[in-house]
Order: sequence, then structure tokens, then C-alpha cells
Amino acid sequence: MDTLDTNNWLPTLLVFAPLAGALLMALVPEKEEETHKALALLTSLVTFGLAVFLFIDFDYDQSGALQYLVDTDWIEVIGAGYTMGIDGMSLPLIGLTVLVMPLVFVYSWDHIPSPGNTKAFMMLMLILETGMIGTFVAQDLILFFVFFEVVLLPMFFMIAVWGGEDRRYASLKFFLYTLFGSALMLLSFLALFFLAKDPATGELLRTFNMPALADSAGEGIVRSTQLVIFGGMFIGFGVKVPIFPFHTWLPDAHTQAPTQGSVILAAVLLKLGTYGFIRIAIPFLPEAAEAWAPVIGAVAVIGIIYGALGCLAQTDMKRLIAFSSIAHMGFVMLGIATLTDFGINAAIYGMVAHGLITGMLFFIAGSVKERYHTLEIKRLGGMLVQAPRLGWILGFVTMASLGLPGLAGFWGEFPAILSAYNPAGAISEELFRGYMVVAAIGTVLAAGYLLWLLQRTAMGEPSAEFADDPNITDVSTFEWVAWTPFLILIVVFGVAPGLIFEVTDPAVVQSLNECLKTTCEVGASVVAGG
Amino acid sequence: MLALLASADFVRPPIDWHAAAPELTLLGFGALLTMMDIGWLEKGRKFAAPLASLALLATMIPIITLAVDGNDRSMFGGAFVVDNYSLIMKAMFVLAGYVVVLLSTNYIAEGDYWENEYYGLLLSSILGMVLMASSRDLISIFVALELLSIPAYLLATWRKRDLRSNEAGLKYYLMGVFASAVMLYGMSLLYGSTGSTLLSDINAAVSRGADPTAVVVLGVVLVIVGFAFKVSAFPFHTWAPDTYEGAPTPVTAFLSVASKAAGFVALMNIVFVGLLGRDDVVEPLMWVLAAASMTAGNVMALRQTNIVRMLAYSGVAQAGYMLAPLAVIGEVPDTALGAVVTYLVIYAAMNLGAFAVVMAVARKTRSAEIADYRGLFQYAPGLTVAMTIFLFSLAGIPPLGGWFAKFRVIEALIDANNASGVVLGVVVAVNSVIALYYYARVGIGMWAEEVPDGDLRRVDVPVSLVAAIGITAIVTIVFGLGFVVGDFTDVSLLAGG
Repeated sequence: MDTLDTNNWLPTLLVFAPLAGALLMALVPEKEEETHKALALLTSLVTFGLAVFLFIDFDYDQSGALQYLVDTDWIEVIGAGYTMGIDGMSLPLIGLTVLVMPLVFVYSWDHIPSPGNTKAFMMLMLILETGMIGTFVAQDLILFFVFFEVVLLPMFFMIAVWGGEDRRYASLKFFLYTLFGSALMLLSFLALFFLAKDPATGELLRTFNMPALADSAGEGIVRSTQLVIFGGMFIGFGVKVPIFPFHTWLPDAHTQAPTQGSVILAAVLLKLGTYGFIRIAIPFLPEAAEAWAPVIGAVAVIGIIYGALGCLAQTDMKRLIAFSSIAHMGFVMLGIATLTDFGINAAIYGMVAHGLITGMLFFIAGSVKERYHTLEIKRLGGMLVQAPRLGWILGFVTMASLGLPGLAGFWGEFPAILSAYNPAGAISEELFRGYMVVAAIGTVLAAGYLLWLLQRTAMGEPSAEFADDPNITDVSTFEWVAWTPFLILIVVFGVAPGLIFEVTDPAVVQSLNECLKTTCEVGASVVAGG
Repeated sequence: MLALLASADFVRPPIDWHAAAPELTLLGFGALLTMMDIGWLEKGRKFAAPLASLALLATMIPIITLAVDGNDRSMFGGAFVVDNYSLIMKAMFVLAGYVVVLLSTNYIAEGDYWENEYYGLLLSSILGMVLMASSRDLISIFVALELLSIPAYLLATWRKRDLRSNEAGLKYYLMGVFASAVMLYGMSLLYGSTGSTLLSDINAAVSRGADPTAVVVLGVVLVIVGFAFKVSAFPFHTWAPDTYEGAPTPVTAFLSVASKAAGFVALMNIVFVGLLGRDDVVEPLMWVLAAASMTAGNVMALRQTNIVRMLAYSGVAQAGYMLAPLAVIGEVPDTALGAVVTYLVIYAAMNLGAFAVVMAVARKTRSAEIADYRGLFQYAPGLTVAMTIFLFSLAGIPPLGGWFAKFRVIEALIDANNASGVVLGVVVAVNSVIALYYYARVGIGMWAEEVPDGDLRRVDVPVSLVAAIGITAIVTIVFGLGFVVGDFTDVSLLAGG
């Protein structure tokens, strides 16, 4: 894999800037809440500034190559390196993370959930940011694993302390599910470490270096072992996505988490799993990926339908959005399952779009909860009358979420479905065309539940209960500041999808193994011939 | 017989004084402490704890000079060996002992217990452990084991006006002596069939296929079972929860960390130096002990309502993780050894830290019930953060030390590249998830629940406890980031002889 190394201090700075901010906050007494809010916002803005520099400095002509590569020893005894790099695949997700965090801090300015304690809340979110950015820049499996896990503790405490009624149950469930996945994932990583061979020389690599393992692409590992190793990663990343049937933690975690937690969870955390698939599982073991593809595709479409049906049955707005997350991540997984560059590009687009749209939906849910003190759909209604701007924003975002062309959601769903028409390599086309039909039905259901949600909450007359409630005010200034970038980007990415596709494509093509691409072409020509 | 003894001139074997310096330093200070007690009686009371601390810090000096010197040393025909591995374990015992003294300082002084004797016994127990690290002979191992155990039996009963403490000590004593007897019988069988007490000779003999095989196998099994008591592996763990609960908390911390580590050191000496040739017997035994300990320990810990008992069962499970690499000693001896040593060092830091917090909290609540940890964050945020670090480190969450320890264990198991290793690796992975439940439950209680009685007075934590918590927390975090620990646990065990 080609590497460029200039400015290779950038990934390190980007990852540890939020942590430095958190440590700084540790020194400030708890009582000075305003200082904490300012410090947290400032830290996330500095990180954002660094990312802006990254986006300007990034060499877009070579976005398939790892740039800003750092590669030094870290824990020598286990062969783990401090290896970081950024390419076109990680760039959009880094952008998403650094964008969402300052907006969450702005929103937090007057929305600190009970029981307060601004200091701890803000510090946990900054630690989360370090973990998330770290996962996207890590190019060493152990480093990746550590960052992947670093997000667990802060998110666990965010749900457990600042969550709703059932927060203890939900936080423990979240923690246990994800730890189970990552424990199996670690076993797979270690198996790769000990088994992967250098394709050129046939010698054991004994490395956690991700580019090297991607080059090796499962060379010299027996097929059955490959399948088992991929299975471990499938569960590890799958729990995080979450894919059916490992999804049950998600509705609980989302419903109980404070608004900020839900937004971060939906916008970034779920992407750690799908990113793992496209960065690690598929490039490292393309042969096993091909064998597993029908299974991944199947759980993806089950997720789409199951999530949609789940949505139709929900009575709680936040829970409904959580189930819609499962459905949307199903589209992302379907794109990934095709193992084509088209499908994976669509998946990355879907991740970013889902991050913006569902993150925004959770913001709205949080604000609705704050005004109405309930999220029960039955009791809401007439938002367009009482808080018209809030109602219109909800309408706009639900349109984006159901995949209306011209908004960001469309480019996540439509190409993913399209890519299933022609999956890579020897993957059964009949099967994936079947998946395609099921996924298409999913989009209809999505339109159904989202429009129904909009109709029940925003339209009609306000219910008697809330008709004269003075608490129900329209969008506040902090909310405007926090939400506007989301709304703008949803439109921008809807109108100009090339902004992301052009960055990700070279990296995706690079990541897909050579042999898989050739078999893909052979398969295509057979179809053409027949 | 007597005439024969009298006629043979005794020739003193050559002694390398530098190699024996750590033991001699401890012995000297221990004697000084006892003399002070005899001479000054009650007047010496206030000097006991500082003198014990000084003894342990002074013992670090020869350990460091030996490490800097770097030569492997061997004495008494190979029965006493100083190598990298033994120095690391000695340093661990001495530093763990130092933290235990920090924990004890206020507890023993305020409880109106005998102080001089307490520290004297503590030092002699540590002396036994330090000796154990160098022992490569069945007899020196047994002597070291008794030297470390007998003072520990006494220490467990130190709250002598408390019935539970008496029960703790008695139970520990009876079980310990029984285990010693079983082990001694196993040792005699090994000696009988191999003709030597020196571990390297035993290994040579069993590798050749010393007969009768049944006797050798029985000897191996009995010796390992004896140490399984010491490290509280399932199903030989039954003494641990009661003893831990009844004993004074600093002693519990000492037993659960130093004494358990000493059991592991002895086990490693015997297994790696003496029985590597019979890994076909050792491996399945270790596999079963490891899998049973971690599973049973974790499942029983789920139901505990007392934090000390929970930590006792979690200790059983942790012993299981530490035994796991010994199930692949035939395939990857070096990796397995490195994994156990790493785990012992990190476990010492995080478990001592957890007990330090338990003691600090008990100063206010006077209880070790998990229910009394509710709302701790509201009145003791520092202690809560420290306890969170220790508990989640025990659970193995990166970037805290425990994850690295577990990582080394799983690494060794996968490295063995056979089905039994991989299956045990999966057992370890699944168990980490079970264990998380009870650690995280305490975490939620501390952070997210209300204080049961609404009493928000701060906890008065004495300086020595703060120091103990600070040292262990820093070690837990730094080791988790992978610094330092990787370099010095990359050791090999020297056979001596």
C-alpha cells in the first residue's frame, strides 16, 4: 500500500487534543460549570480546527493512500505498534465526528441532563471523542482495539448516570453486549497475528500492522480457519453496528441515554462497527468475506424489515428513531455485503448520512422531551401549531431519513440497493437480487413509519393536555446554532453526493482485494456472455 | 548414625552474599523489629510501621543492584537462583508488602491491635515469598511456603476479639495445613521416583520417563492440587471467601495478592523447571483448573452482596485466568511464563488498589456491603474514580492495566495454535463478559444511585491510604498503556543446577 508521510503529527494531535482538554478540565473545580462548558466547547473547536487543516491539507488526488502515516513501536513485547494514518475511507468519518462533537457541546450549554454534574458529563464526552477519532485513524489492530474499547466506559457512564428511568438495565446491557463482541473480536485479531503470512515470501508476518495485514489478505490461512476468524470479527463489529440478531441493546440504550448520548451513539458510535467491516474484516480476509457475504446480506435485509416493523409498533418517539437506526444500518450492511466498490462507497455515504440525519432526529427528540416531558407519540400532536419551526425541522429531517432524493439520506439507501443487483465475485446474484427486492420494500415501510410519525406528532391540533402549556416554545438560539450545520449538510450532501464519493472511492478500491476484483469481472463477463 | 554425622566435617557451601542480600535485609530488619518489641515494649509501638516500611524499601536496594548487575546467580547446588524472573517477583512481593504496610498503618493502630508483632509477622511472611521466588528445589520451596504461610495464619486472626476473624484464621489454617500435607505427599512421590529434590534433576528424570509412571503422575497431580489451594483455584477455593471476610482488611489484601502470587510463583517454578517434561499431565490439569476457576468464580461472584466476598470470588476467577497460560506450557513456554508474570504484576496493583478503596470507604460506612457503595460519587468523587479504575481494570477494559494482562493470557493461548488453547481462549473471553456484570453493577451503584441514608459527610482518608491508592492507580493506568510492563515481564525462568 502506498504511503505518504508529511505532517504526521496530525493524527496524534487530532486524537489526543480532546483528552488533553478533559485532563485540563479535571483541574478545574466542579462548581465552575460555565468554565467547564466553555473549556469543553473550546477543546472540541480546537479539534475541529485541526480537522479543518486536515481537510485542506489532505491530498485528494491520492486519497487511496494512507497519508500522515505514523509508525513507531508501542508495546514491543506483543508486537503492537503506534501506527496511525488517514485515507479517503476514514476522512469522512473523522469529519463527521469532529463536526458532531462541538454541536453537542453547544446543545449542552443549556441542556445538562439531570442529575447535573457538568464537569463529569463534559469530560466523559471528550474522552469519547478521543476514542472515536482514534478508532478511525488507528492503523494497528491493538491500537484500534484499545480505541474501540475506550468509548465503552464513557458511554456506559453517560447512560448509567444521566439516563432515563431504566438507565441501569440499559447501560449494563449495552456494556455487556459490546464487550462480548469485542472479546471475540480480540481473539480473531490474535489469530490473524499468528497466522497471517507475507504473500511475497510466504513467511509468517507476526504483525498487527493493518496495511501489512490488508496486503497479506488472508494469504496462507486455511479456508476453514479464515471463516472462523471472520466469524469472530463479524460478531465483534456486528454487535456494534448493530445487526440483527445482536441489536437488542440498541433500542434500550438509545431510549435511556441522555439526548447527547443518543446523538453521539447514533451519529458516530454505530459507525465504528461498519467501519471495522470495511477497514478490517473484508480487506484482511476477502475469501472469508465472500463466503460470509450471503449471511451478512441476509441479516442486513432482516434488519431493514425488522427495524421497519419495529418502528411501526413503537409508541415512544425515541424508541421509534432507535429502531429506524437498525433499519438504516441494514442498508449500510447490505452495501457492504455486496463487496463491490460501489456498494461500499454507498455504505460509507450511508454512514455519514445516517449520522447526520439520525443524530438530528435524536436532537429533536431530546428537545421534544424537554418541552412535553414525554415522548409518547399518542400524547403529542400539533407541533406545527405550537412550535412551527420545530415541527418543520422534524418534517424536513424525516423526509431526509426516508430517503427523499435531493437530501443526504437518498445517497445512502439508493446506491446500496442498486449495488445488490450485482455483487462481487462468486456471490450468488439471484440471492442478492432477492435481497434487493426486500430492501426496496423496506424503503416503502420507512416512508410509512416516518410519515406516520410526522403525522401523529407534528400535524393536527395540539392535544388538550398541552394546548396552553407555556413550556412548549419554539427552537431556542442554542438549538439553532447546534442544528443549522446538520440541516445545511443534509442538503449539501443531498445535492452534491460527489463530495464524499470522490474522496472515498480510491480508498475503497484500494481496500478491496485484487483477486476479488478480478473474480468479480470474470463473474460479470459470464453473466454478460450468458 | 550420630557418629557418622559427627565424623563428617561440615563444609559450608560457597555463599554469594550479594545474591542473598534481599532475604538477609528483610531478616535483619525483622529481627530488629522483634528486638525493639522485646526491649521497648509499648514504647516501640509508634516505630513499628515506619520501621517495616523502611525494611521493605531497604530490601529494594539489593534487588535493584542485582538487577543492574544483571548476572544470573546460582547457589546451594542450584536450589537458590537469582535471575531476572526471580528479581521481578521479589520486587513485586516487596512493593506489594509496602502497600500492605500503608494499608495497615491506621487500621492496626486505631483498632488497638498488637502492632510490633503484626509487622514482624508480615515481614517474615514477605521473607518467605522473596525466598520462594528464588527456590528451585522441592525442599527450599516447601520451607519458603511454610515461612510465608504460618505468619499469614496468625495475621488472619488478628482481630482476635472478633469471632469471624477467629473463624477466618482457623479455616485458613486447617485448609492450608491440609494443602501442605497433600503437597508434601506429592513431593515425596516425585522424590521417590526421580531420586532428587532439585527441580532441574526432576525434569530430566521425568523427561526420560521415570517409572513407575503412575507414581510420577500422582505426584504431579498432588503437588499441583496443593498449590491450587494456595492460589484459591476452584474447587479448592472454599476457604477464601470466609477468610477474606473475617480477616482484617489489610491482611485480606495481603492474602489475595501477595500470598496468591507466591502460590503462583511456586507453581511456575515447579511446572516450568521441574515438570516441563511431563506437560502431557500438567496441561490438561491446568486446563480444567483454569476453566473451572474462572467460570465458577465469576458465577458465584454474581450473587455476592458483600464487596470483600465479591472480590474473593473474583480472585478465584482471576486465578483461573492466570492458570490458563499454564495449559499451553508445552507449546509456548516463554509466552506462557511472560503472560502469568504480567498478570501477577498487574493484578497486584489493581487488587491492592480495590482493597485500599474498600478500607477507605469502610472508615465512614463501617461496612463492606455493596449496597453501602450507592451514591459514593456524591460524597467521595476521588474514591469513586479510583474504585472505577480498579474494578474496570479487573474486568479487563482498555486502557486500564487489566486488559493488557488478559491480552497476554489470550495471546499465549492462541499462540499455542491448537484446539485446546483456542477453546480456553474463548472461555476466557466469555468469562470476561460475565465478570463485567458484577464489576459494572458496583460501578453503577457508586455513580448513579442515591446515597441510602442521605449522609453526605466526606470520608476522612488518612495520608497512607491516599498514598496506597495513588500508587496502585498510577501503576494500573501506566501498565494499561503498555509502557514499562512489556519490557520487564519478558523474562525466562532459569533452571539453576
